[in-house]
Amino acid sequence: MSFEPKITLFSCHYASQQSCAEHGKELEELGFPSTITMVRVPCTGKVQVTALLKAFEDGADGVYVVGCPAEGCHNVKGSVRAAKRVAAVKKALEELGVEGGRMEMYHLPRGLHPEFVATGVAMEKKIRALGPTPFQI
Amino acid sequence: MIVAERKPMAEIIEMVKDCSRILVLACRGCVTVCSAGGEREAAALASLIRLGMKKQGKTIGIIEGSLVRQCDKEYIDAIDQWKGQYDAIISMACGVGVNFIANLRKDTLVFPALNTTFFGGSAEQGVWMEQCAGCGDCVLHLTGGLCPVARCAKSLMNGPCGGSVDGRCEINRDTECIWQSIHDRLSGLGRGAQMETIAPIRDWSSSGHGGPRKTVRDELTI
Repeated sequence: MSFEPKITLFSCHYASQQSCAEHGKELEELGFPSTITMVRVPCTGKVQVTALLKAFEDGADGVYVVGCPAEGCHNVKGSVRAAKRVAAVKKALEELGVEGGRMEMYHLPRGLHPEFVATGVAMEKKIRALGPTPFQI
Repeated sequence: MIVAERKPMAEIIEMVKDCSRILVLACRGCVTVCSAGGEREAAALASLIRLGMKKQGKTIGIIEGSLVRQCDKEYIDAIDQWKGQYDAIISMACGVGVNFIANLRKDTLVFPALNTTFFGGSAEQGVWMEQCAGCGDCVLHLTGGLCPVARCAKSLMNGPCGGSVDGRCEINRDTECIWQSIHDRLSGLGRGAQMETIAPIRDWSSSGHGGPRKTVRDELTI
């Protein structure tokens, strides 16, 4: 049976600026996986642990966060805070016996960069390899 | 404040595995301040429990609630607003709160979500340090305000011991030798001579070795 992953991305306004271009059409043309649902936030530092967990509760097989470079966050420390919360969720998933790799953090520069698409592709590849989340009943 | 931290999820899931409805009960006292058992942490725990149960192929209904404190009878009474809506309470209070619920609600199953760790304070954001052992016979007036009971690995009354090296503890090099700090602080305050006083053998009966402790103040009782 084929598996179509469901992936949720929380991206800061700055790292995901290109997603707005032509209503996301440019991203699609660059090969950004259609299995990824993007939630844009003003700053990843605002993304709470509960929001990341809720994405899993809502059926995501994988969740990742894209924020500014650690040393160059638009909001100084927002993406560093996000990375720590992501690490906390990874640990909690592992406590539940679930692969921590279903939750990842990426730091990317603002603007249209191939890395934004590449991280999406990499995340999708990893989640496809891991298979469906064990949280389905 | 009382400092605590969440128990491992496997332990919590094991507690609730036979429940179909639970009340995750936050405490707005100390454990909110130390970010272990407040409303935000209750929401995260509820989510983790739902996920953990789903992984076992089960569903669980969770009510999230919070009390002003779980260490006073009048606040425990507020639990009754959820009466009949849960099989067990997962208390996110310190151990005191769990005991109070157990004391006051004979027919209620209550489980601890936290490990209560120590009396301490916030050294910096996200870091808490033990400062007091609640030993019942405070000696801080003799030690420059720094507690050798809680902060010396050996709870020495006459320190430092021979294991103090460069102001660090031999038990753990990440820990300051509190007796070195006591010496430095008293000296800085012009009270270094206090270090010459030999503390007598201590009576530890006030520290709980004589059984559970109780404080009664007649002027406050009704």
